[in-house]
Amino acid sequence: MSSTAELLDHLRARFPDATLELVENPGPAAQHGLRLDHTSARLIATYLREDPAWQLDYCSNVSGVDWIDREETEKVTTTVTAEDGSTAEKVEKVTRTIPGYFEVVYHLYSMARKTSEPVILRLRTANRTDDTVVPSLTPVWRSCEFQEREVYDLYGVSFTDHPDLRRILMWDEFKDHPMRKDYVEPDDYEYEPTPHATVLERAAKHYPPASPAEEGSQS
Amino acid sequence: MGPQHPSTHGVFRMNVALDGETIVKLQPVFGYLHRNHEKLGENTGYLQSMPYTDRLDYLCAMTNNWAYALSVEKLAGFEVPERAEYLRIIMGELTRLVNHLCLVGFLFNDLGTSFTPLLYAFREREKILDLFEALSGSRMMVNYQRFGGCRVDPTPEWLDAVRAIVDRFPRFLDEYETMLTGNEILLARTQGVGPLSPELAINAGLTGPVLRATGVDYDIRKVDRYGIYDRFDFRVPLGDHGDTYDRYMLRILEMRETLKILQQALRDIPAGDIIAPKAKSRGLRPPAGEAYGRIEGPKGEIGFYLISDGSAQPYRYRVRPPSFVNLTVLEDMCIGTTIADAVVILGSIDIVLGEVDR
Repeated sequence: MSSTAELLDHLRARFPDATLELVENPGPAAQHGLRLDHTSARLIATYLREDPAWQLDYCSNVSGVDWIDREETEKVTTTVTAEDGSTAEKVEKVTRTIPGYFEVVYHLYSMARKTSEPVILRLRTANRTDDTVVPSLTPVWRSCEFQEREVYDLYGVSFTDHPDLRRILMWDEFKDHPMRKDYVEPDDYEYEPTPHATVLERAAKHYPPASPAEEGSQS
Repeated sequence: MGPQHPSTHGVFRMNVALDGETIVKLQPVFGYLHRNHEKLGENTGYLQSMPYTDRLDYLCAMTNNWAYALSVEKLAGFEVPERAEYLRIIMGELTRLVNHLCLVGFLFNDLGTSFTPLLYAFREREKILDLFEALSGSRMMVNYQRFGGCRVDPTPEWLDAVRAIVDRFPRFLDEYETMLTGNEILLARTQGVGPLSPELAINAGLTGPVLRATGVDYDIRKVDRYGIYDRFDFRVPLGDHGDTYDRYMLRILEMRETLKILQQALRDIPAGDIIAPKAKSRGLRPPAGEAYGRIEGPKGEIGFYLISDGSAQPYRYRVRPPSFVNLTVLEDMCIGTTIADAVVILGSIDIVLGEVDR
């Protein structure tokens, strides 16, 4: 916590215009993260790489995370004034829906200073549907090149200014993004040589049974 | 070139543009072995992913297991008993021997030496794999580590067999080097081929022997001191030019350092539990949170990034594969060389497609 909080204070003083946020990790690992906004992300990343106090020259890991819409229940206490003037406290449970988003998580280390705890940067997209863009950090760390392509391929997050944003693991003609939590696998696979019941069922749905006349001609 | 080319080390394709015989552009194409390992990991329990990590880099199943176990231990806050830490180091370093033997053998194969050096290397590798089989039931898909320890306690005879291998290994390495390290073909084909600058290597996130061949002193065993590596006395060999020869030589030197670690571990291994009594493997539900754990695998940094939402399945299961990231600079190393050299450069990076494509 201390080093991440320190870094946050330092960056807030250095970049007063940037919106920064501490993302706490409640688990035993206590690896806390920093959320950056889109406009200053690359500036801050470059600063972290170059600044002699941090020298985060090594971006180890880039992961996409799909945060689907989630509901959060909160207890809200309101003071109600009755007609006779007395006040009473009323506790209500309010359920809020937090809209989903994609997050790209960067784990940074310093090879020069040989740090053993990662500094974690997080970028978030506006939503999960039509605005899934974050700035690419490949111009800062070359190691992001393939890993950002993978996030683009499997999650559908677009990176602005990425030098070569193409699918990397799936084939080029593939539609959709298989790592999304709401991904539905297509039902038009070719028949398996040893068809399992589930496959046959799926195929039967996809290929409706032929009319009796056609069936006759086939046999 | 590829994906069915014998020297692409699996189903890997390179789109190469040539000017005469000189490479002017090279684009790696991935995904022929892609089975969405990470999605499978998110749809199974924590323990169920353990045997599946064997299939990432199938030459280094022990270190994959270890990296995954380490990340889950960070996520759930488990301790590891001392004997298990020693066992992990013994298994991890034996795996390093296995991996480097394969690499060196295949590198000579890529140089066109028609299998003889490879079979010499495989002869030694097979002895270690026999021990893995005796211990875990499988030569390569070992499924050995557990959260908070290991699965099987080796017998004293098993440890003696490892001692015998460790004692004989330097003689094998000397013999191998006498025959091959000074070999004219090796020198002519690897020295000055595919050089890499330390600045680019760091920026491109290279790890493992490929990084250290450029002279950057970065070994996670020394930096993180995970497990009990701080108790061991060993050096980190460094290269000078970052060329293919340095990458070859570094593996040989690392094997010699690995033997030192193994000797110390076999001397000091204590008796005791091999798994923490408090650790839970079946039906594990770590508290909500996330953890990134990494170790120095034989190919470089292998890490697992796990997010738990408190349920029995990880919300996010991410593998940080070393050879996938190490391929980032393949084009930079190959431009200006010939196709025959690109084959050797690819061989010296040490990729396993099970891990690259996941």
